[in-house]
Amino acid sequence: MNKRVMSLVLMVLAALLIGLLPSVSAQDVFRVAAVAPSATNDLAFSQSMFDALTKIDAEMGDAFEFVFQDGTFVVDDAAVALREWAASGEYDLIIAHGSQYGAIVEELAPEFPETSFAWGTDQNTFGLPNVFAYTAAAGEGGFLNGAMAAMMSKSGIIGVVGPIEVGDAKLYVDGFVAGAAAIRPDVQVQVTYIQSFSDVPLATEAANTFVANGADVLTGTAQMVVGPIAVAKENGIPWFGTQSSQAELSEASGVMFQVYRWDVVLMDMIASIQGGTLGGESYTLTLANGGLQMVMGQHGS
Amino acid sequence: MIDQILTASVFAAALRLATPYMFASIGEMFGQRSGVLNLGVDGIMLMGAFFAHYVALSTGSAVLGVGAALVVGAVMGLAMAFISVTLKAEQGISGIGVYLFGLGMSELLFQRLVGTPRSVEGFTDIYIPGLSDIQFLGIGEIFFRHNILVYVAFLLVPISAYVISRTPFGLMIRAVGQNPQAADAMGISVARVRYMTVILGSMLAGLAGASLSVALLKVFQQNLTSGLGFIAVALVYFGRWRPVGILIGALLFSFVNALQLQVSAIGLDIPAEFAVMAPYVITIIALVFASRQTEKPDALTKPFERGE
Repeated sequence: MNKRVMSLVLMVLAALLIGLLPSVSAQDVFRVAAVAPSATNDLAFSQSMFDALTKIDAEMGDAFEFVFQDGTFVVDDAAVALREWAASGEYDLIIAHGSQYGAIVEELAPEFPETSFAWGTDQNTFGLPNVFAYTAAAGEGGFLNGAMAAMMSKSGIIGVVGPIEVGDAKLYVDGFVAGAAAIRPDVQVQVTYIQSFSDVPLATEAANTFVANGADVLTGTAQMVVGPIAVAKENGIPWFGTQSSQAELSEASGVMFQVYRWDVVLMDMIASIQGGTLGGESYTLTLANGGLQMVMGQHGS
Repeated sequence: MIDQILTASVFAAALRLATPYMFASIGEMFGQRSGVLNLGVDGIMLMGAFFAHYVALSTGSAVLGVGAALVVGAVMGLAMAFISVTLKAEQGISGIGVYLFGLGMSELLFQRLVGTPRSVEGFTDIYIPGLSDIQFLGIGEIFFRHNILVYVAFLLVPISAYVISRTPFGLMIRAVGQNPQAADAMGISVARVRYMTVILGSMLAGLAGASLSVALLKVFQQNLTSGLGFIAVALVYFGRWRPVGILIGALLFSFVNALQLQVSAIGLDIPAEFAVMAPYVITIIALVFASRQTEKPDALTKPFERGE
């Protein structure tokens, strides 16, 4: 057998071996499409979902793919994306990450009964067998943050910048106020809802107003908190956060952050879908199930 | 109760909140006085805010950041002027196009070049010696403890009023905005004047963006302005195309905003929704009254055609 024949045989054997190696066929890949109102780097709500999907992607490797449409603060834009994804039939799970998308999910899910949908933050699956709902018990971390904030405050005045009094933002703020009161009943927690999730200038001025009124600890929720964090840093006062870790931005002011670990419930959903259950269940992130984690910032550690 | 609400810090907050409006509205006023409506102000502010922040982050110099905002404002103004003056496109639509471009491009550049919100050192507050210590009625705190861009914004009022009403350039702007045919017959280049005002206005819009990202907030995030540029356009109508009127409008709007934050912070039992609506309701009411005695430039939004 000359060298040429030998090489040919080896090449054929190599090709056969490669073919026999276990591989992920296109059909085995679990595909997710998600839409979110703000940016994937908002240090808040949208980033928490993007981080979760990125984590799952790293864990599942070739068996997982996802697309993420961020910045769809216009609900109609989100509706277009969600419908296109559902109509394509390419995705095993379509996530509408925002309570404002609930009506769209309720409308689309019956039209595409073979596709699984998830939405939050809410617990309502609309009684549909292909809809999952998810929420976060944000009051739990809020309580812990509030308790620690009350212990740290020397003036006894704490400022809270909230967006709109709904959903997990309200849960967090209510929990924070309750936690502070549980530790120091005399503490004064000043709360301002600026009626916007994105108005950074107004949120910043709300934080400045708290500081002018004697607040020496600040907290807030939603993506406009980047402004109040800058106020906390500039005045050298502690900052408590929620939804995602804001440790990098808050630097020495950051004390503790409640981080949403959506991957915990998403892994459950994926297992359910792979087992043939497309929905009908609602999930809640809690400290007990690991869906909520408290992360320390520079000031805290 | 009143002394709890009307504190010096509320008035100082009103001055800070008014700063970006002052830059953007006075800039827009120059364009409108020459006959060009630029609805792209918010997009130009976003680009100015991004570039100011990015340059300040990269170089550590807020001054260079402001320079970058002025340059990017000028470039976007040139584009807007080319579309609306040379190509004679419908001004409202082209302005919306410029806005959407600024919104999308600033977000894309932020994602690619910065990635996550990061704060910059920016401009710190300058306490004016002697004046910042005045305790009487909180004057020191209200007027003399701000960053440099707040002072510049308010200095812009007398300067722009003087330019518009007392200089040959101002006269040309008014002539082009009121009667471009007559101005053209007198040898004034309508196109050149409109290019200059739109570029100047856009530079000020860029500066308005910079006042947010390197002075007042010291951070950048997608859609940082949240539609602030559109309020700035409304304030030009509110102010009846005059710098002092714009000053009054910007201060009124910002004061009510600062007031609602204070009312909320001290826990007065007023529904937050009403408090937040108040600045906009007052602006709309004022606009209704302003529209009755309008001094609107006759040629506003009308492309110039020689020989009409």
